[in-house]
Amino acid sequence: MLTAAIFVPLAGAVALAVGRGWRETTARVFAIAVTAVPLALMVAAWLRFDTGGTALFQLVEEAAWIPTLGVGYRVGVDGIALPLAAVTALVFIASVAYPVDTKDRPRQYYAWLLFLECVSLGLFLALDLLLFYVFFDLSLVGMYFLIGEWGHGQARAAALKFFLFTFAGSLTMLLAILALYLATDPLTFDMATIIRQQPLAGEGARAGLVLLGLVVGLGVKTPLVPVHTWLPPAHVDAPAPASAILAGVLLKMGTYGLIRLPFAMMRETFQRYAGVLAVVAVVSILYGALVALGQANLKRRIAYTSVNHMGYTVLGVAAAGALLSGEEAARGFAIAGATVEMVAHGLITGALFLICGSFWQRGHEYDLDAYGGLASEAPSLTGATVVAAFASLGLPGLAGFVAEFQIFVGAFAVYPVLAGLALLGVLVTAALFLQLLQKLFLGELPARWSGFRDLAPAEAAALAGMLAFVVIIGVYPRWLLDVIASAGALLVEAP
Amino acid sequence: MPVGDVTPEIVLILGAAVTLVFALAAPRRLQWAGAVLALLTIAAATGATARLLGDAPALTFFGTWALDGAALWGKLVVLLAAAACVGLSPEWFRTDPRHGDYYVLLLLATLGAALMAGAADTMQLVAGVLLSSVTGYVLAAFHRRSALSVEAGMKFFLIGGFTNALLLYGVVLLFGLTGSTLYEATQAELGRGADPVALVAATGLVAVGLAFKLGAVPAHAWMPDVAQGAPAPSAAFLTVVPKVAALIAFARILSVLPPDVVGWRPLAAVLAAATMTLGNLAALWQSDLRRLLGWSSVSQSGYALMAVVAVGRSPLALPALLFFLAAYALANLAAFGVVTELRGRTELDAYAGLARRRPALAAALIISFLSLVGIPPLAGFTGKLALFGAAIAAGYAWLAALAIANTVVSLFYYLRVLGPVYFDTAPDPVPVLGRWASVPTLAAATGVVVAGLAAEPALAAFSRALLLP
Repeated sequence: MLTAAIFVPLAGAVALAVGRGWRETTARVFAIAVTAVPLALMVAAWLRFDTGGTALFQLVEEAAWIPTLGVGYRVGVDGIALPLAAVTALVFIASVAYPVDTKDRPRQYYAWLLFLECVSLGLFLALDLLLFYVFFDLSLVGMYFLIGEWGHGQARAAALKFFLFTFAGSLTMLLAILALYLATDPLTFDMATIIRQQPLAGEGARAGLVLLGLVVGLGVKTPLVPVHTWLPPAHVDAPAPASAILAGVLLKMGTYGLIRLPFAMMRETFQRYAGVLAVVAVVSILYGALVALGQANLKRRIAYTSVNHMGYTVLGVAAAGALLSGEEAARGFAIAGATVEMVAHGLITGALFLICGSFWQRGHEYDLDAYGGLASEAPSLTGATVVAAFASLGLPGLAGFVAEFQIFVGAFAVYPVLAGLALLGVLVTAALFLQLLQKLFLGELPARWSGFRDLAPAEAAALAGMLAFVVIIGVYPRWLLDVIASAGALLVEAP
Repeated sequence: MPVGDVTPEIVLILGAAVTLVFALAAPRRLQWAGAVLALLTIAAATGATARLLGDAPALTFFGTWALDGAALWGKLVVLLAAAACVGLSPEWFRTDPRHGDYYVLLLLATLGAALMAGAADTMQLVAGVLLSSVTGYVLAAFHRRSALSVEAGMKFFLIGGFTNALLLYGVVLLFGLTGSTLYEATQAELGRGADPVALVAATGLVAVGLAFKLGAVPAHAWMPDVAQGAPAPSAAFLTVVPKVAALIAFARILSVLPPDVVGWRPLAAVLAAATMTLGNLAALWQSDLRRLLGWSSVSQSGYALMAVVAVGRSPLALPALLFFLAAYALANLAAFGVVTELRGRTELDAYAGLARRRPALAAALIISFLSLVGIPPLAGFTGKLALFGAAIAAGYAWLAALAIANTVVSLFYYLRVLGPVYFDTAPDPVPVLGRWASVPTLAAATGVVVAGLAAEPALAAFSRALLLP
C-alpha cells in the first residue's frame, strides 16, 4: 500500500515525460487524478494505523535491494511519519490543482511535480537510511528543475543556489550516515535495527562529530540560521506551487530527519548537545521573525516566517531530547508539538504561498506597499489570507496554536529561559502578519487594482482543501494527537 | 603452458591482425566494416574473459599474470567500453577514406589495457603501459589535418614519453632491490627488509608513471587536451579505458609494497586529494564542454584513488573501486557519446536548448552528468557511496570529507552545462551524426540508471573478487 503511494506518482511522471501531444488540460487533469491516488492510500493507511500499537513501525513493507551493503527497500510508518506523509499528499494535490502558467511545457511541469511527490512520500515512509538519503537527494533535483524552468525573476540563480546549498548539506549528512553505518554490526542501513543498537553510544568526540554532520545536513534543509540563506531567493523566485511544496513538504524533511536520525538513533549524544541545538533554534525563531518583519516583499516575508516556524519545531525536538529520562509528560508535549507544527506549517504556509501565487498572477508584483484595500474587490482571497495568517501567528482555534502551545509547554519545563525568549518570536510574528493583512486588504484601493479578480474556482478549491484541515486540527486535534502520541511515547521514554 | 588463461588477449591480437589485413585490402567504401570485425573480436574476447570468471583465482604463466576478480572484471569493463567506442566510430569517420586502421588501433589499445589490468610482473606492466600509450598517441592525433588533434597527440606523447621512462626507472629500481620482476617474489623479498630510500624512490617513480595512464596529478595535463582535440570516439576511449586498467594495476603494485617501510597509503591519499581538487577547480570555468569533461575526468581519477588508499584495509575497497570504475565508464561514455552524436560540438553555448531539440540526447547527458556528480540512485552514487565508506573504514575520513567538498564544487560546473540544456530554447535545429552512434550512447545512459538501481549483482560479484598476489 505504502509502496503504491510512492510509485504511482512516479509512474504518472514517466507517462507525462514520454507522452506526446498532451494538451494543457489533459496533462493537468491527469496529474490531479494521479495525486488523488496517494491521498486515498494515505487515508486508508491512517484508518489501518493502530494507535495503541507497541511496534516501532507499522504497515512495514520490505524487499531486498543491495544486501551486500546492508541496504534494503523498507517502508513503513510511525505516528510521526504518517501525519507528515498524509500532509504531503494533501499539499501535492492542492499544488498540482493550483492553476499556473506552465510556459508551454505542461507535460514536463506536471511530470516534475509528480516526481517530487514520489520522492517526498518516499522520504517520509522510508525505513532505511540509504533509501532516506536517496529520496532526500532526489528532492533537490526535482526542485532545481521546477524553480529554474518555471520560476520568475532570478529563477536560475535561485535554483542553482538552492541545489548547491542543500546538496552540500545532504553530502555532509551522507558522511555522518556512513560513519553511523560503519559502526553497526552487522553492517546495515535498517533504521529499526540502528535505533535498537544505538551504534555510537558512549563514543565521545567521534559520536559528536557524526551528530554534527547529521544536524548540519538536516539543518540546511530545515533551514536553521545561519545556513538558511538559500531559502529566500528559492522561495521568492519559485512558481507558487513549488514554493508551497518547498515550504510545506521539503522543509519538513529536515526536521523530520532530525527526529528520525540523530534524535532516535543517537539518543545519548543528542541529549548531550540538545542545549546547543535549542539555542540555535531560538536564534532562528527570533532572527526569522525579525527579518520577516522587515520585509516589504510579500513572498520574502512569508519565506522568513518559515525560518521562524521551523525554529519552533527544532526547539520542540531539542526539548524532547534534552533528557534521557524524567519529565516524560513535558517532553512528550514537546515532540507532539513539534510534529503538529510540521503538519500545521505545511498546510498554513503552503496555503500562504499559493496565495502569493494568486497575487503574482494578477499583478506581477510582490511589494506589499503596492497593494491596499483589496478586501472589497476580492473577498474570498481576503478570507483565505486572513485564516492562513491568523493560523500562522498562532490564534487559538487554529492549527498553529495547537502546535506552538504544546512546544512551549514542553520547552518551559526543560529550557525555561530559552522558551521565554522564543515567546518573543510569537509576538513579532503576530505583528508582522497583522501588518501584512492591513497593507494588502485595508486602506485605500490603488487605482491600478480596480477590477482585481477574486479567487478562481480552482484556486479557491485548492486553498479550501488545505485551510479546512487547519481549522479542523485547531478545533478538534484529538485524532491527530493520538496518532502522534503513539510514536512520541516511544521516543521520550528512557532508552 | 596454460594458453587458455590468455585466450582473451590472443583473441584481441588475432582480431587486430585480421582487421589490419582487411583495412589494407578493403576498398574505401567498405572501411566501416572494420568496425564489425572489431566488434566481433571484442565479443569473442568478452566471452573468453567471462568464461575465466568461474576458475579459482590464481597467478599463471610463471606468476607473471593474475587471473583474479580484479583483473577479469576490469577487463570486462575495458572490453565493453571499447565496444562502445567502436560503435561511435564509423559515422564519425565517415569522411575519412582510410579509417579501417582506426579499429586496429582501438583493439591494440584495448589489449594494452587488458595487459595492465592483469599484470603481476613489473615487465608485464611496462609492456601493457607502453602498448596502451603508443596506440593512444595515434588515436589522439588521428585527424592528421586538425591542428587541435595533432596538438593533443603531441602533448600526450611528450608527457607520455617522459613518464613512461620514469616508470621504467622505478621498475628497474625495484628489480635491483629484489632481484625479481614477479610481484609475488618482490613482496616476499621486500618483506625481509629493503633500503627505504631506494624503495621510496621506486614507489614514487612507478606512481608517476601510472598517474600518467590514469590521468592523475602530476601527469594529468594531457587529459583536457585529448578530451578537447582528439577525435570524439578517441576522447571517449582515452578518458575511460586506460584509466580503468591503470587503477587496477596501481592498486595491485602498491599492495605488493610494505606499508610500514614506504607510506604508500598517505602517498596515494595525497595524489587522490590533489587530483580531485585540481580537476574540479580547473573544470569550474571552462567554456568548452569537452575540456570540461576532460577535467572532470581528472577529478574522477582522484575519487577512484580513494579506493586504492583503502586497499587491504577495508573489504569495501576493491568492490568500491570496481563499481566506481564501471559507473564512471558508463557515464563518461554516455557523455562523450552525446558529444559524438552532436558532431563533436564543443562550445558550451552550443548545447543550450538541447532538451527541446533532442530530448533523448539531452536526457542521456543529464543522466550521465548527474551520475558523475553522484546523485542517487544512479550508478555513480553507489560507486561514490562505496568509495566514501571504504575511505572512512580505512581511517581516511578526511579524504572522504574532501571528496564531498569536491563533489559540491563539481555540481556547480555540471549544472553550468545542464541548466542551459534544459532551460534555454535553441534557435537553430541541431544536426546529429546518425543513427548508429546514438546506440552506444543511449545504451550507456540506460546502463547508468540500471546499474544504479540493480547494483546488487555487480556489488556481490565484486565483493567476492580478489586482488592478487
